Amino acid sequence: MNKIVLLLSMLILSAASLFIGVSDVGITDIFHLSGEQKEILLISRLPRLLSIVAAGAGLSIAGLIMQQLSRNKFVSPTTAGTMDFAKLGILIALLVFSRSGPFLKMAVAFLFALLGTYLFMKIVDNIKFKDPVFIPLVGLMLGNIVSSISTFFAYRYDLIQNISSWLIGDFSNVIKGRYELIFISVPLVMLAYLYANRFTIAGMGEDFSKNLGLNYKNVVRLGLVIVAFITSSVIITVGVIPFLGLIVPNIVSIYRGDHLQRSLPETALFGSVFLLACDILGRLIIYPYEIPIHLTVGVIGSGIFIYLLLRSRRNEAA
Amino acid sequence: MKRLKGKIWLLVFLAVLLIALFLFSGLSGNISYILPRRAMKIAAIILTGAAVAFSTVVFQTITQNRILTPSIMGLDDLYMLLNTAIIFLFGSTRLTMMDRNIQFLLNAGIMILFSVLMYHFLFKREQNIYFLLLIGFVVGTFFESFSSFMQVLIDPNEFQIVQDRMFASFNNLNIDVLYLASALFAAAALFSVRDLKYLDVMALGRDHAINLGVDFDVAARRFMVIVAVLTSISTALAGPVTFLGLLVANISYEYLKTYRHRELILGAILISIIALVGGQWIVERVFAFSTTLSVIINFIGGIYFIYLLLKENRSW
Repeated sequence: MNKIVLLLSMLILSAASLFIGVSDVGITDIFHLSGEQKEILLISRLPRLLSIVAAGAGLSIAGLIMQQLSRNKFVSPTTAGTMDFAKLGILIALLVFSRSGPFLKMAVAFLFALLGTYLFMKIVDNIKFKDPVFIPLVGLMLGNIVSSISTFFAYRYDLIQNISSWLIGDFSNVIKGRYELIFISVPLVMLAYLYANRFTIAGMGEDFSKNLGLNYKNVVRLGLVIVAFITSSVIITVGVIPFLGLIVPNIVSIYRGDHLQRSLPETALFGSVFLLACDILGRLIIYPYEIPIHLTVGVIGSGIFIYLLLRSRRNEAA
Repeated sequence: MKRLKGKIWLLVFLAVLLIALFLFSGLSGNISYILPRRAMKIAAIILTGAAVAFSTVVFQTITQNRILTPSIMGLDDLYMLLNTAIIFLFGSTRLTMMDRNIQFLLNAGIMILFSVLMYHFLFKREQNIYFLLLIGFVVGTFFESFSSFMQVLIDPNEFQIVQDRMFASFNNLNIDVLYLASALFAAAALFSVRDLKYLDVMALGRDHAINLGVDFDVAARRFMVIVAVLTSISTALAGPVTFLGLLVANISYEYLKTYRHRELILGAILISIIALVGGQWIVERVFAFSTTLSVIINFIGGIYFIYLLLKENRSW
């Protein structure tokens, strides 16, 4: 039932996303598009829609995997410093290989995201006292430190403008020819689906999963690689989108539970729908201008995060 | 006691030395123009440092821990949000007409209300520090995104310019409210100076304090008002500096090793002045403005924060 509702809203919102914008392309024009309208659809509107769907699904899945592997509901690319590490990677790429194309930048960002997430997981492993809110706190702090390093170098080398464009996720820059890297996340999401059962077992702990004959270390490594790839591809094409990977898996797991193979498609779908809705909202509020997705999701996402925190607290007390 | 006095005098000496260095080093050209400008700047920096240190020590004593600080709990982000909301509601054209002093007072009033509410709904009920911290962080992020959101609404094309003009930072101190801020700081200090002895008792914990005849909640509420005013002062002058309070308060505890708040607060204020004046001097003269002081403080403070978290964690 829920899947049908989600699919329907996905279709409606996608259509809306295609036909909202400054240049007038009405839904009734669809059968007799003028040349200009066709170009707008193909160069700007369609890429935008596709990248929103890919980013929404990708980041949500990345968050889901991280939460499963760290066994903590409050871990995500935002609250583990992955985003900040990827950003630092882009900065380093800008400094060292200033003329490089997006592929090289993405490669460096990916390496940093992977290293950073790995470091975070190592810290989490070494924390004996597992208060669920303690771990995201360490992650947020780690992210803060990394991001102050980035700001420091950005100031020194006059890249502050350049780096803040990656800081603020924004779909308005997405046009044909400049966004295709985001499709890297599509095969990764599929891979995550294939390995869903293994992630579910890995989420039960190292000893337990070894007992069931799972190569725990390899599954964790695969998970981290997927997360780092998705995060860096989103940051390269769109920029930072905060909290998405945190709240979407949580909302889905409230009604769907933690069986990954079952909750994964829905998480991906819900992530896309959520991001689409936020993007449309951001485009309508101050039409014909638009609000960067970073801010729309930042406001709504942190609001929902506060709600989730208070909710988990109430459940604990009850 | 004598050693304590000695330690504080050493801090005073260092602070005066650095202030003199900042004021008079490399002085040439039109001195009658440069010197007053530097003096205003240094006054704003000193006031910011003092307000942050004062409010953090008080806040940590009434919440009974060494990690929470007003800015980590999102109070200075709230100030920024209020600031933006006022400009948003009254229109940016009237921003130039509206006196910055009135705006400052209005913000401080709402801050007081919010902090007292925060004390009642959060600190009185909730004992888990980590939960409070995370809530504080996320609420801070929420306030921050919400103010940027409104800034975009005010001017979608040039919101980053609006942002720079609207908000203070260490390279862009808000000198307009300096006199009012000094007056408020003096008032807050005078108002609380005879109450400082209660903090010594409150540091023993809520039950002991009540047992010893201190009405904990009434006193805590009164101190929250002071914290709100001081946070408004520092944020209005120099914008948010998340980890400054955490650093200077903890250095003060470690260095002075006393329970007496009169000395602890004085020490923290002096350490804060030393850190800010020294830091700003380094940023201006050594890095030649190619970084900002907040970046350095946040870097050191962040590392220290993780250290504190992990240290506390081990002792469990």
